[in-house]
Amino acid sequence: MGMPAADIEKLIREAFPDADVTITALADDDDHWAAMVSTAAFKGKTRVQQHQMVYAALKGRMGGELHALSLQTAAKD
Amino acid sequence: MTTAHDQIAKDVAENDVLLFMKGTPVFPQCGFSAAAVGILTNLGVKFKAVDVLKDPEIRQGIKEFSNWPTIPQLYVKGEFVGGCDILKEMYEADELAPFLAEKGIALENV
Repeated sequence: MGMPAADIEKLIREAFPDADVTITALADDDDHWAAMVSTAAFKGKTRVQQHQMVYAALKGRMGGELHALSLQTAAKD
Repeated sequence: MTTAHDQIAKDVAENDVLLFMKGTPVFPQCGFSAAAVGILTNLGVKFKAVDVLKDPEIRQGIKEFSNWPTIPQLYVKGEFVGGCDILKEMYEADELAPFLAEKGIALENV
């Protein structure tokens, strides 16, 4: 179970090539991560929409093999 | 027969502040659900909680209903506000209390 940080980052970067992505471990189990994602694609979107866009980039893994990803998003100029 | 979707739509329509969570407010079964309860309790918001662990169809159904893959999920006056991260971010930015007040929700501790 779980998903390595590199895989999470890769999927996010594929969807948002300009993104600044920082992933930190909340626990040492490959299963609890915090991600900070900042991309111009978030401009004009609500927080809910921004998070939904990241979840879409993770292609259904969130809530499945990826149990816990604490997410913080920001629009980048 | 009532489907999970109908039940969710009914609960969302009938409760001004509704939290879908794992466990109950007194005994949350997940740290993220506990955090959401903590924030609402801190603000003194009266809310109704639905324990998704009691019903697998609601647990799956709410993810499709909101297009949101995780629990907890907060609804205010029929609007999906977000999950634990968004609640935390709004709370820490002092945006959650004004948002709730604007929606006409009573806050006892603000």
